Amino acid sequence: MGELKLMKGNEVLAEAAIRCGCDGYFGYPITPQSEVMETLMARQPWNETGMVVLQAESEVASINMVYGGAGAGKKVMTSSSSPGISLMAEGISYIAGSELPCLIVNVQRGGPGLGTIQPSQADYFQAVKGGGHGDYKLIVLAPASVQEMNDFVDLSFELAFKYRNPAMILTDGALGQMMEKVELADFKPRWTDEEIEEKSGSWATTGKPSSRKKNIVTSLEMDSNIMEANNHRFQEKYKKMEEDEVRYELFHCDDADFIIVAYGSSSRICQKSVEIARSKGLKVGLLRPITLFPFPNKIIAELARKAKGFLSVEMSSGQMVEDIKLAVYEAGRNTRVNHFGRTGGIIHTPEEVVEALEDKFSWELNYGVKRSY
Amino acid sequence: MELKDLIKPENLVYGKTKILEDEPMHYCPGCSHGVVHKLLAELIGEMGLQEKTIGIAPVGCAVFAYKYLDIDWQEAAHGRAPAVATALIRLKPDNFVFTYQGDGDLASIGAAEIMHACNRGENILVIFINNGIYGMTGGQMAPTTIEGMVTSTTPGGRNVDLNGYPMKITNLIAQLPGTSYVTRQAVHTASAARKCKRSIKKAIENVLDKKGTSFVEVVSTCNSGWKMTPVGANTWMEDNMIPYYPLGDLKDSVKGENSSEN
Repeated sequence: MGELKLMKGNEVLAEAAIRCGCDGYFGYPITPQSEVMETLMARQPWNETGMVVLQAESEVASINMVYGGAGAGKKVMTSSSSPGISLMAEGISYIAGSELPCLIVNVQRGGPGLGTIQPSQADYFQAVKGGGHGDYKLIVLAPASVQEMNDFVDLSFELAFKYRNPAMILTDGALGQMMEKVELADFKPRWTDEEIEEKSGSWATTGKPSSRKKNIVTSLEMDSNIMEANNHRFQEKYKKMEEDEVRYELFHCDDADFIIVAYGSSSRICQKSVEIARSKGLKVGLLRPITLFPFPNKIIAELARKAKGFLSVEMSSGQMVEDIKLAVYEAGRNTRVNHFGRTGGIIHTPEEVVEALEDKFSWELNYGVKRSY
Repeated sequence: MELKDLIKPENLVYGKTKILEDEPMHYCPGCSHGVVHKLLAELIGEMGLQEKTIGIAPVGCAVFAYKYLDIDWQEAAHGRAPAVATALIRLKPDNFVFTYQGDGDLASIGAAEIMHACNRGENILVIFINNGIYGMTGGQMAPTTIEGMVTSTTPGGRNVDLNGYPMKITNLIAQLPGTSYVTRQAVHTASAARKCKRSIKKAIENVLDKKGTSFVEVVSTCNSGWKMTPVGANTWMEDNMIPYYPLGDLKDSVKGENSSEN
C-alpha cells in the first residue's frame, strides 16, 4: 500500500505530477486551481527529481511552453481554470496538430466570461469537442475523487504518449478544493535522455545527431493533399481511442428503469440520488463516464435497450446530454434523454436530482417508454 | 590542365554552407531573410553546434525557416517562440536554443512573450528581423513601420495620430536586466553582413556561457512588400530605416546589470 495522506485535490495533482516523473510544469495563477503551482513551488521538485516548475506570464505563454517541452519529448503539463483554458485554446490546437503528448488540467469554474470562481461543469463541450480551431480531439479524463485526481495524472501521460495526443483532466473547483484520503503513487524516475530517444527519437527535437534526419515539430502543411492525409491520420487515432480507451463505472444499473448519467463531482452527488430514489421504490442506476472523450457510447446503447429514460445530470445548462442523445440515436433507440443541472457555481443536491427525474419522466413513470414523440 | 584536375579539395576556396539544405528558398529575391539564414547556418556549422541546436521558427515569412537549416526545429504559434524556447532551454539546458522572429511576430502579437523571456534572462538567442512590414500576409503595417511609410493598411502612409509611433522594441529589450547582449545590425552590404555575423557569434557565445538572453535585431528589407527593386529597397532602408533604427550595440554586459548605451 502506498503512502496515505489527507489532501486537497489541487495539491494531489502537484504531488502526483512529481511522483510520476513529470519533467515540467508551466502555469499561471487562477482560482480555483492556484494550489497546484503553489504546492509545486513549495515542494521544490527541482531539488528532488529535477522537475522544472515555472510561473509563466500568461496562460498563452504556459501552453506554448508546454508545446516546447512536449516537442522535445518531455513529460510536461499545465493546469488552469475555465477562462485560462480558453486562452490556451490556440496552443492546444497546435499541440494536437503537431501530435504532441502533454497533460492539461482544467479545474472548471462557472462561466461564461469571468463568471464565478465556484465549481461548474460548463466546459464539457470545449473539452470533448476539441476547444480550439480545426478537427481534433483531446483524451478527456474526468476524476470523481481526490484519489482519481492522483491516479489520472500518470494515466493521462500514459495515454498521451501512447497516442501522441494531448490529454486533459477535466475536473472542477469542488474536487480541486476538497480534501479526501488519498493513496499516493510510488515515485517513478523521470525518463533519461536515452529513454526519451528510444520513445520519441523519431520525432522529438532533441538536437540533431549526424545519425538521423532533422526532426521538425510543426502543424503547418501547405500541400492540402498532405494536410488532408494528416487529418485522416488524426481521425484514425481518435477512432482507435474510441475502440480501446473508453472507461466508465456503473452503479445499480442491472435492473434500472432510469439511468442517471453524471461525471466528476456531479456523479458523487448522484450516487446519493440513486439511493434516495431506490428508497422510494424507483429503479434508478448511475452511469459515470470516466473518459468523456472517448465517450462511452456502447454502454449507453446497451443500457438503452432496457432503460425507460436517461437523465444527464451536469453542473451546466446541458452539454453532455447531447452526446447521450447521439449515442441513443445511433443505437436506433427512442429512449428519452433529459437533462438536469444547476449552473453558475451552484451544485445540485441529491434530492433535487430525484425530483427532476420524477418530474421530467412523469410520463414514463406512469406508462413506460413512448414509441413516438 | 583540365577542369577535373582543378576540382580538388585542396583547391577549394568556397563551398556551400553545410548546415544549409538543398531546398529552394521561398524568399523573394532581395529579401534579407536568406542572408541571415546563411549567417546562422555558417555559425552553427563553424561553432560545431548542429547536435545541440533547436531552432524556433515564427509565423510570418520565416515560418518555413525549418526547411532551410539542417537542425531540429519547432514551429511556434504567432509570437510565442520565446515561450517555446523558454521551456526548451529550461528542460534541456545543455542545448543551444534560438528563436527567429519578425517584427509582427515579436513586437506586436508576441510583445508579452519576448519581454518576459528577456526579463527572465532565458539563455536563448533571439534573432529579430525588422523590415517594418508584415511580409507574409501581403504588406500590412507592423509596429515598426516608420512614420509616413505606405503599407496596405496605411495606404496614406503611417499616421502617428491614428496608428501610434513606430516601436523601438530593441531599446525596450535593452532595459531588461535579463538581457546580456542587445545589438542592432543589418545585412544590406557585404561589410554589414560580416559585422552582423560577428554580432550573432558573440550573441551565441553569451548564450552558451549562460549570460542571459542575447538579442540581435537585423534591420531588413522587404522589397516586395515595400514595392521596390532590391537595390531600391537597400537604398530606401539606408535613407529611412537606419536613421530611426541606428545600427550598433545597445547593450553589452553580463546578466543582471541594467545598462543601456542607447
